Amino acid sequence: MDIPGRPAAARLPLRPGSLLRPGSPLRPAFRRNPFRSGPALPAALAVLMAGAALSSCGGGSSSTDPQRNAKAKTFTLTIARNAIVGGKNSAEAEWVTKTVIPGFVAAEKAKGLHVKVVYHGYGVDDEAYKTKTALDLKSKAGADIVSLDGIWVGEFAQAGYIKPLTDVVGPRADSWDGWSQISPSVQQLGAFQLKRYGIPPSTDGRVLFYNKKLLAQAGLPANWQPTSWNDILAAGRALKKLPGVTPLQINAGTAMGEATTTQGVLPLLAGAGAEIYSGGKWTGGGPAMKQVLGLYQQLYGPGGLGDRKLQEEAKGRDKSFEEFASNKIGVLLEGVYFWRAVLNPKDGIAKMADRDQSVGYALIPAMAPGKGVRGQSFVSMSGGSVAAVNPHTRYPQQAFDLLTYLNSADAMKARIAGNPEVTSRNDVNAEALKSDPFLTFVAQKVLPITLFRPGLAAYTQVSTALEEATASVVAGHGPDDAAAQYTKKLEGIVGGPGHVNAG
Amino acid sequence: MAPDTSTRAEPTRSAAVDVVGLGRRRAAAFVAPALVLIVVFLVFPALWTLYLGVTDYRLTGLAATHPHFLGAKNYTDVVADGRFHNSLWLTLEFVGGSAVLGQTVLGFAIAWVMRERPAAVRRTVEALVLLCWILPGSVVAFLWLALLDRDGGTLNAMLGTPGTAWLLDHPMACVIVFNIWRGTAFSMMLYTAALGNVPPSHLETARLAGASTWQTLRDAVLPKIRRHVLTSLLLVSLWTFNDFTPFLITAGGPENRSEVMSAYVYRTALGEGRLGFGAAISLVMLLINLLIAFAYLQALRRRRT
Repeated sequence: MDIPGRPAAARLPLRPGSLLRPGSPLRPAFRRNPFRSGPALPAALAVLMAGAALSSCGGGSSSTDPQRNAKAKTFTLTIARNAIVGGKNSAEAEWVTKTVIPGFVAAEKAKGLHVKVVYHGYGVDDEAYKTKTALDLKSKAGADIVSLDGIWVGEFAQAGYIKPLTDVVGPRADSWDGWSQISPSVQQLGAFQLKRYGIPPSTDGRVLFYNKKLLAQAGLPANWQPTSWNDILAAGRALKKLPGVTPLQINAGTAMGEATTTQGVLPLLAGAGAEIYSGGKWTGGGPAMKQVLGLYQQLYGPGGLGDRKLQEEAKGRDKSFEEFASNKIGVLLEGVYFWRAVLNPKDGIAKMADRDQSVGYALIPAMAPGKGVRGQSFVSMSGGSVAAVNPHTRYPQQAFDLLTYLNSADAMKARIAGNPEVTSRNDVNAEALKSDPFLTFVAQKVLPITLFRPGLAAYTQVSTALEEATASVVAGHGPDDAAAQYTKKLEGIVGGPGHVNAG
Repeated sequence: MAPDTSTRAEPTRSAAVDVVGLGRRRAAAFVAPALVLIVVFLVFPALWTLYLGVTDYRLTGLAATHPHFLGAKNYTDVVADGRFHNSLWLTLEFVGGSAVLGQTVLGFAIAWVMRERPAAVRRTVEALVLLCWILPGSVVAFLWLALLDRDGGTLNAMLGTPGTAWLLDHPMACVIVFNIWRGTAFSMMLYTAALGNVPPSHLETARLAGASTWQTLRDAVLPKIRRHVLTSLLLVSLWTFNDFTPFLITAGGPENRSEVMSAYVYRTALGEGRLGFGAAISLVMLLINLLIAFAYLQALRRRRT
């Protein structure tokens, strides 16, 4: 897309046409209009190519037989996920490259098979990774095992980019012994319309992380647990007296993408007593949504308790990580990921050496006790990734072997050694929980009250509309305006007011 | 690039039709590979975009496998979309500010000032200006992010204004200044070549007649390089109109306040997965490009009669 016409056209000053002066008798007639069909048209047309190139790629294998190449003695498999050594989700990438791959290769070798496993690691924003993966799968290319966010499963399945596991690898997909260890609600992460598309390796939850040192300076307890939004705001006002500290930060705006929805709007909405999708209808800009947007206004409006700019700039989320790690943010609503892969003193992307002593975590309170969804006083949101087999893999059986190896109890134990995470497997959790207080907190206190996002194709568009509603409040519009705009947009997305719950 | 000669130059008509004496068939055989490339890489994608633009084709979901025919709906939606108006206006600001005013004026100024300087000075300046142009876009974008960063940015350190969020408070100004910095080299090179075409005797005469610099530029230099100016403006405008680099610096934000056309297409088509709608925007963009090109070509033609 970048300046397409430039290389060719840079020769222009040297072209004879431009050296000939107008009206010169030496000027041959056919030079009269050197630009008539010159580089202008190609340069103008070139912009189209980008658009068209998106859709006109193709190739890859077209066989759908689950048993194809099942007897191959030598083969290569690839794994792709948004994790890269030394960057995003570094521990996960190291686990894949240093534990899983050598282990799998050795195990296959024992069976007399020569396997090569290649890891394609990325360290980019989730939205960019999603686009890349969708384009890969669309062109029947991409890795044999791709990692997807659970909320993408619906739209990828509808687009035919991924297929039910039983279609790709045959009936053995349902008889994998690991399924018995994964609870049905977590299995839903990798399912769409009652069919399994992949295996979810883990799940998570959202909590309020706070800096104990800052709270102590502001006169708040070390085991802080707000029981209403007012408690949170009161703590924010106390923290505001500290110089150079941003009291509260809750994700908002479009720059953060899904992070805004999962650890911003949706837990708050649940706290205001509404689910984004329930009873066959999507929640519009009614009272609950206005409450949520009103809270955002208290954070990012004039004299607000949060840093508005963090929610607007392109790398705002990374910056919020750094600021929290360097004791500049009091309270931050984040997921388990934040503790595990961001602040982790060993290999986080914003290491906090004294994390275990200085960072506290509290449940997200409902607006007021008992006012949350299902009458709850505390709420959370969960999600997680899903590993799926590329329907166009050349080796479906072998790819499924690798997929189950990735999700075996032993591999998972290796994965969470020294890097706490709630896995999808109950047998692994039962052991890992014992030694980690944070993980225990998440599994025992957060998971029982948590909600999952709807696995529907329209969800990602609804999510964007929610992000835009918060962005509008951050930019200074009132909650009522933003809510009305959101309702209008939502009706356009989900097919009219009949699918929207206004209340 | 086929010379359009059939309507003029009557006395040499036959020679003009068969300039190199190949005959029609062989000439056609020589041109064929180029035409095939143009069809495959330009005409087909353009038509394909036209087709996509009338569907609700998406990157994911049901509409990825079974797109519906929408007729002109995408196009009417684009034209009615407030985000499109915003984006078009920002793009015009971007083109007008950075290409037409910035790069052209600065490029000419450098070419004019450097024309009689010692070769060493001239070469050094030219090399530095060229360097801005030849560095890869992603590298340059990263450098500018480092320059303009709110907390550790070089600019804030130099001005003593810690915490000023240039990219958030003045996103358009930032990308305009950036693009001037980035693209001045082309105008500079073109004008350096053009100024070489101005006969020294004209400049000498102007000097003897006691003309001021402004008068010299207006009456002696400009008439000689007018066509170069228009050429440069045409190319630079089109490149800038389609330039994607601003996206690397501001990602179109905050709140779409720097969402120029190319960023708008990218975010719509790939970010939101609305490929059909994105194709419709692309086509509208193409029409605007053609309009710009047409306006310049008209200006070029008028100068000559």
